[in-house]
Amino acid sequence: MIKAQEIKKSFLVSLWFMFLTFPIMVIRVNPIEKFVEWRWKNMLVVGIGSFLLSFVWRYMLKKKEAGEKRAETGESGKTFLIQRILEERRFYIPLVTGLTIIAVAFPFIFSMYQTSIMTTALMYIVLGLGLNIVVGLAGLLDLGYVAFYAVGAYSYALLNYHFGLGFWSVLPIGAVLGFIFGVLLGFPVLRLQGDYLAIVTLGFGEIIRLVLENWNEFSFGPSGIANIDRPGFFGIQFSLQTASIYLYFLMIGLVIFTIIVVNRLQNSRIGRAWIALREDETACQAMGIDKTRTKLRAFALGATWAGMVGVIFAAKTTFINPASFTFLESAMILSIVVLGGMGSILGVIIGALILILLPEYLRAFSDYRMLLFGAIMVIMMVFRPQGIIANIRRTYKFNE
Amino acid sequence: MNTILEVKDLSMDFGGLRALDHLDLNVVEGEIAAIIGPNGAGKTTFFNCITGIYNPTEGEILISPPGKKRKKINGLKPNRVTKKGMARTFQNIRLFSNMTVLENVMIGRHCRTSSGIVGAILRGRSTIKEEKDVVDFSYNILKKTGISHLVNEFAKNLPYGAQRRLEIARAMATEPFLLLLDEPAAGMNPRETRELDELITRLRDEDNVSILMIEHDMKLVMSLSDRIFVMDYGRKIAQGTPSDIINNPVVIKAYLGEDIDA
Amino acid sequence: MEYFLELILGGLTRGSIYALIALGYTMVYGIIQLINFAHGEIYMIGAFTALIFTSVLTLLGFNEIAVIVLASLAAVIYSSAYGYTVEKIAYMPLRRASRLSPLISAIGMSIFLQNYVLLAQTSDFLPFPNLIPEFEFIKPYRHIISSPEIVILITTSTAMILLTFLIKFTRTGKAMRATAQDRNMAMLVGVNVNRVISITFVIGSALAALGGVLIASHVGQINFYIGFVAGIKAFTAAVLGGIGSIPGAVLGALVLGLTESFATGYVSSDYEDVFAFGLLVLILIFKPAGILGRVTARKV
Ligand SMILES: Nc1ncnc2c1ncn2[C@@H]1O[C@H](COP(=O)(O)OP(=O)(O)O)[C@@H](O)[C@H]1O
Ligand SMILES: [Mg+2]
Repeated sequence: MIKAQEIKKSFLVSLWFMFLTFPIMVIRVNPIEKFVEWRWKNMLVVGIGSFLLSFVWRYMLKKKEAGEKRAETGESGKTFLIQRILEERRFYIPLVTGLTIIAVAFPFIFSMYQTSIMTTALMYIVLGLGLNIVVGLAGLLDLGYVAFYAVGAYSYALLNYHFGLGFWSVLPIGAVLGFIFGVLLGFPVLRLQGDYLAIVTLGFGEIIRLVLENWNEFSFGPSGIANIDRPGFFGIQFSLQTASIYLYFLMIGLVIFTIIVVNRLQNSRIGRAWIALREDETACQAMGIDKTRTKLRAFALGATWAGMVGVIFAAKTTFINPASFTFLESAMILSIVVLGGMGSILGVIIGALILILLPEYLRAFSDYRMLLFGAIMVIMMVFRPQGIIANIRRTYKFNE
Repeated sequence: MNTILEVKDLSMDFGGLRALDHLDLNVVEGEIAAIIGPNGAGKTTFFNCITGIYNPTEGEILISPPGKKRKKINGLKPNRVTKKGMARTFQNIRLFSNMTVLENVMIGRHCRTSSGIVGAILRGRSTIKEEKDVVDFSYNILKKTGISHLVNEFAKNLPYGAQRRLEIARAMATEPFLLLLDEPAAGMNPRETRELDELITRLRDEDNVSILMIEHDMKLVMSLSDRIFVMDYGRKIAQGTPSDIINNPVVIKAYLGEDIDA
Repeated sequence: MEYFLELILGGLTRGSIYALIALGYTMVYGIIQLINFAHGEIYMIGAFTALIFTSVLTLLGFNEIAVIVLASLAAVIYSSAYGYTVEKIAYMPLRRASRLSPLISAIGMSIFLQNYVLLAQTSDFLPFPNLIPEFEFIKPYRHIISSPEIVILITTSTAMILLTFLIKFTRTGKAMRATAQDRNMAMLVGVNVNRVISITFVIGSALAALGGVLIASHVGQINFYIGFVAGIKAFTAAVLGGIGSIPGAVLGALVLGLTESFATGYVSSDYEDVFAFGLLVLILIFKPAGILGRVTARKV
């Protein structure tokens, strides 16, 4: 039974939100034609919606507090279902086989359009995993990640335009340039602590975009660069259809490669140092870890991956301009990491699939895409900061 | 007897507050020394200064690791100090909460190992071997400190006493010649304190590590220490053997009002 | 020489508006050490509220003065309400979380509010009526300073003086200073910390709304995105002056306003935003404590 007290609380919340959203949601003015539209229906929606949501909100807050208490008294010994599946061979071998079959068959079953969307989702998985190294493992909030993505994309576009270099020769160049930019930007900024770092990386990201927008002689300004070559295969150029399947498999390959790399890294000497740095900088340093160098490595490695995906992005769309590299793009990749679970590979994959595919397939969502991303970041931080799938640490067995 | 740590004329100011005031202190090889003094005396600040976390306003810090040359370590970053062989624990426990107990200790091995990103990705033979050595070394330390049954627990889920022990284990993993313990017995019950007493003695005897600890539990201090330094208002007001200190009127005066259960 | 004077006055005007927004950043940071990313959006919502109320009130036949006063009042009230609500939803439940969490929550809130206005209103630029009438006495000096500029300078100085008074001499101000210095200690001596934090958000938001109305009527158009750039610039100002310091925020804002004014006046206006971002990056790297900030060792 819901108590009268609770209903009263929710009623007040509902009133407050109707008041709060009144000018923005109800009134719409057209200052040119001197015309005002009143949308009273919205007020009703806000009222009912906030009334119901406030119950959910309070319930979840209570649940979370109870969970925290349990954790403090050390009673949280339950293992997650996912963790069990991953540990037991008899579950995970069929699972991996199934996924492989689906992944291989996908472009032959579904249309080119679907394949292309899936390729985009795979690109965001790799971007997410790359940013995950920086934010999830090392705990460095990088809000300018898209800058390195732009570096990769522009290096392919420009090298292709000026010198006719092909996709495969630029892919490593893009990665290296991403790395170099990562080191160059990282070196001065990584001395800063948490929130300043976030702002500086944001600033750098915007500077790079503004330069691309204004330096016409170099980057062709806002009009961008068109007719970039699609990836070929030893000089063979494919038809549009084949090229999209080719790109799809290329991305599958890159996803697998990235998973292997990140997985190996997070259980290595360097990976552990990143996590320790995230957990407690002072203690980490006191245990003999060079803070700046460790941060720089994470930052530059993340940038390398962004550079690589940037090249693929340019090859996929065959047209790039600065509008593809705004802060919102960085924010989107960040919300993938946050939703999935900072530091968790599986989490980031699931996060990317949800956030990229959902708005594509549920048309109703696509307008609300960014609204949704913003809301997800807040809700996850408030209720489940570890993400959908919490990072699992490796366990060791010793027999005496 | 070799002096392994020499601190000369050390002062530390925070704005207008002088937290350390011309402090002289040294530690000799193989001893267990203790720093005592009321809260706010500057004991933790002293640790922070000699481990490079704070940059002292004045003074010199010199170390002579066994078998190596004497060296000034003022201005070195904390990680350099640790690499040179001084490791510490924290008064307000600072473990890596979301890492396992074993991983916490493995972090301590970082400065004694070398594999990098490329090694980790390729996972070559030397990387695998180094990794295995790190795991074994760390596990042995856990056994020695008596928390090996907790290897795979998250540090944050450990009971308080075990967290204090893990702090020591993590510091020991860096193979220090001098171990700095900041209130290792704080919050422990009498039984845990007795076990800690044994542990510290064992570390000194079996691992060739000298120990400088800050501690309020006078019983522990008296039973363990070879020498005691007493601090008050950032100054060293006395030093000597436990029996010297107990009978020193200056010390008794400084402690008046504070309860000592010695 | 006249051009130079014009640039100085333009810079001061710009700077004083940045100051209004920067104060919100600096006050919140001073109290809960959080960069309130959504603060720029609060300012944007203030501008939108003012626009909406101006149109409605004009249509209802109110006279000019009444429209100005009521619309500004509505902007201040609504922005404060938004600031208050944002804190309760996105930051208050995270008081004990790790440092990264509230920051991400703040970024999420900022994106959410931008898109909320975008979806509920429009993505287009809306023309904003010039609320400030042309004064007679200013006519001879028109080429140097305009009426809106004078109004902006006067309004912001008044707001700043009132704020200083509030913080220095009232009980609330005392509680705010105590909380900023040591939250736990303040709690122990009986300060209602949650209330102080709410008040801080409300004051900061009210100032931002004022800034929103002034700049929108000065520039003449608004859209859902204006909060982002203005927010970053105001944050730059706050950091430039030394974040957490109130006079620092004002000083930093004026320096930033003048820098921008001269850079666009003498160099090029294409890179207007680059100057601000560049300045931000440079200060954070070389003097993160800002002009008036002090370097302090964090307690370990
Ligand atoms: N980072 C700091 N900033 C300002 N004051 C500090 C800082 N660290 C310590 N202090 C002050 O220095 C004095 C000594 O503190 P501390 O060394 O922690 O004492 P102890 O460990 O002996 O209890 C205290 O007054 C404390 O408030
Ligand atoms: Mg202490």
